[in-house]
Amino acid sequence: MKLLYFAWLRARVGCAEEEVALPPRVHDVAGLLDWLRGRSDRHAEALRNLGLVRVAINQDYVGLSHPVRESDEVALFPPVTGG
Amino acid sequence: MIRVQREDFDVGAELERLTAGNPRIGAVASFIGLVRNMGGSDRVSALTLEHYPGMTERKLAEIEAEAHSRWPLDAALIIHRHGRLKPGDRIVLVATASPHREAALAACHFLIDWLKTEAPFWKSEETPAGERWVESRAEDDAARERWTPALKV
Repeated sequence: MKLLYFAWLRARVGCAEEEVALPPRVHDVAGLLDWLRGRSDRHAEALRNLGLVRVAINQDYVGLSHPVRESDEVALFPPVTGG
Repeated sequence: MIRVQREDFDVGAELERLTAGNPRIGAVASFIGLVRNMGGSDRVSALTLEHYPGMTERKLAEIEAEAHSRWPLDAALIIHRHGRLKPGDRIVLVATASPHREAALAACHFLIDWLKTEAPFWKSEETPAGERWVESRAEDDAARERWTPALKV
């Protein structure tokens, strides 16, 4: 699975992009975020407050119960501030 | 039409192009967003806009299509810049054209309100206290809610 991070999430995790092998027990966005928090202290810190994390799968916004698959591009980022 | 670019744009030329060859158009509305020199109580010397290439274009195209489905528009344009900008620089242009003003004005307002809460852009400000990410504003979410029913997400 390809993971992308933007804005302060990128800065806190310490990389813009990483390729991960999804464990079989991870089926949805909530499970993915939970698993990611265990990857490193930096991930745990970046994903501490899920109220500030938006998730897009294959470039569409999704909620916590949305299923995840190995072939997905998953982007994690803070609420947007363009315009 | 959607454009995401580093370069500045010429507002006059863009508006000319929007209406060229279509004498049905009787109204053009536009919104231009600029970099402010203040963020809260801190002076801002520069702003860097980051975005999610691919999703940005996709979201802007969806928003534009939604505007076309809600109002009788002859043309719509969204140009959004990214990269490092200075106070006074243009960030975004939204323009809409229709036979009468009501549709053009409402659609233009809708487009900028939706863009601010949907399009994946993030601003980072350079201030005397250092560089910091701009936080999203509850007012922007409220502005977007004016235009519900929501786009499906």
